Amino acid sequence: MSRRLLEIENLCVEFDTPEGIARAVDGVTFHIDVGETVGLVGESGCGKSVTSLSMLGLIPSPPGRVAGGRIRFEDRDLLELDKEQLRQIRGREVSMIFQEPMTSLNPVLTIGRQVAEPLMIHRQLSKADAWDEACRWLEFVKIPAAEKRLNDYPHQLSGGMRQRVMIAMAMVCRPKLLIADEPTTALDVTIQAQILSLMSGLKKEFDMSVLLITHDLGVIAQVARRVMVMYAGQIVEQALVTDLFNDPFHPYTRGLLESIPKIGSRGQGRNVRLAEIPGTVPPLTETITGCKFARRCRHAFDRCREERPAVSSVSEGHEVRCWLKQHPEKRS
Amino acid sequence: MRRYLIKNITILILLLFIISLTVFAILFVLPGDPAQIILGINATPETLANLRAELGLDQPFWVQYGHWIGGLLTGHGSRSINYDMPVYDLIVSRLAVTGPLALMAIVFAVIISIPLGIYAAQHQNRPGDLIVMGFTQLGLATPEFWLGILLILIFAVKWRLFSAGGFPGWDVSFGGSLKALLLPAFALGVIRASIITRLTRSSMLEVLREDYIRTARAKGLKERTVVYVHGLKNALIPVLTILGLQLGQLLAGAIIIENVYYLPGLGRLVFQAIGQRDLPVVREIVVFMAAAVIIVNFFVDFTYAFIDPRFRKR
Repeated sequence: MSRRLLEIENLCVEFDTPEGIARAVDGVTFHIDVGETVGLVGESGCGKSVTSLSMLGLIPSPPGRVAGGRIRFEDRDLLELDKEQLRQIRGREVSMIFQEPMTSLNPVLTIGRQVAEPLMIHRQLSKADAWDEACRWLEFVKIPAAEKRLNDYPHQLSGGMRQRVMIAMAMVCRPKLLIADEPTTALDVTIQAQILSLMSGLKKEFDMSVLLITHDLGVIAQVARRVMVMYAGQIVEQALVTDLFNDPFHPYTRGLLESIPKIGSRGQGRNVRLAEIPGTVPPLTETITGCKFARRCRHAFDRCREERPAVSSVSEGHEVRCWLKQHPEKRS
Repeated sequence: MRRYLIKNITILILLLFIISLTVFAILFVLPGDPAQIILGINATPETLANLRAELGLDQPFWVQYGHWIGGLLTGHGSRSINYDMPVYDLIVSRLAVTGPLALMAIVFAVIISIPLGIYAAQHQNRPGDLIVMGFTQLGLATPEFWLGILLILIFAVKWRLFSAGGFPGWDVSFGGSLKALLLPAFALGVIRASIITRLTRSSMLEVLREDYIRTARAKGLKERTVVYVHGLKNALIPVLTILGLQLGQLLAGAIIIENVYYLPGLGRLVFQAIGQRDLPVVREIVVFMAAAVIIVNFFVDFTYAFIDPRFRKR
């Protein structure tokens, strides 16, 4: 029986905007077990990053605030911790790496200092010990000539190397959960593969859990065990990766999968239009009573537009937020 | 780094040459005969001609300019007509007042403005920020001389903590001299702090939105470390630029404040020299002031490289 590491229940996050209150995360519920890699996919602006940032209290506030829900990490509710307790968890038990390795490292501080910092604050190591440990970690993430690199500045490193530095920095305190927010999006495809395999290796070696946030289903297929699909602030479907790819239920998930270009599919050699999902994401400031996807859904019927869909189970561990489950006749 | 240095020093020397030439040319074509001023209107044409020859005023422009520049470079500049001493010595003695005054003013400005600017940025659009911004608006609108007089009225006249003006001289009383500079330096510093506070605030606001600040927070750093170590170093570049400009300007003479406090500084010297048509003094002080501004800025450029490693490669 797997142990729960993180359990998020009905999380709501709101932002004040000139157009009114925007609900970026609207009733998100999911969990991550110890040692598990879970993917969170969705278009940009669907609330993936906001969900992860709110776990560590990193939402810029004002204008943002957590409007409700619970975030259970082991035996604590992260939303009820004070600033100091939360700070103790950041970088020690839960770490994050971000999308842009170019801008996520401080340009005026050395690599060594930035990697050693968490060790000095969380494990009270002396500067010399922390730098030694930082050097070992740079070697561990396969940065060549690690010892020399300690005194380098971020602008002297390539994008892939910087992302390795970010990973080393997130890993030095051996966190139980690593949140990776689009860790490979800004990198070349070959570097992407290297970074993903590095992360998988580290995860196995240290038995940590990973929440992998991305808009790239291909990345998810490579490393995650379970996947959650997010749309307009809600999780619309979650399942094991194999189930989701073989038997997607939600029309949005199916649209996403169909819009992935495939080599060798019909129409090879000719220009074939990729499948697309018609319409656009509704503005977050809009209050929608029914299903948020209804306007773009070709199966939508009256109930979808009037009543918010309940979460129902498709099979063991496969859940979907869609009225089609209750009305299979409309699915054809 | 070496090429950067050589390039900048070359530019520096070229600029100084152009300035000296411009100043000399302006005073050369300006009406007014120094010999006449020295000897008075009753002088005979012969004595005037003799003095002109003695002063080298009958020589062509380039010879006079070369003579003057040569004198400056070898440390034998012209003599003041009024004080009958080398202008060089005059500048050095006055700089002993203006230099410390400028430095103290900048120190006041930095001590006041950097923490206030950071505080305002951290409390953007909240009451604390609005109060700070209100005060800087007031500071920007306050004339220097008025603040100087106000400080005299409060600290010298009412509470009798300071003297209302004058300067004892460093060799007479070090503490007394320092004390005499305190009020004028504070007046100069407060006014300059207004600009620096606003600049620090806006620069800091920009930096606090950067991704690496989020990274620093995600690592679990204390907010103080996030702001003062990860943020401030990045926010400091534009602040330094303006501080450098201000220091240069202050060295070039706090003319008004020196007059309000009767301080024998450069500003007062050039002010009086203009009134007395002491042309050699005016000429050399103007060159010195321009040089001060340029050289301070040269060093400011140089400090960028120490703060931001990305400047070092160029």
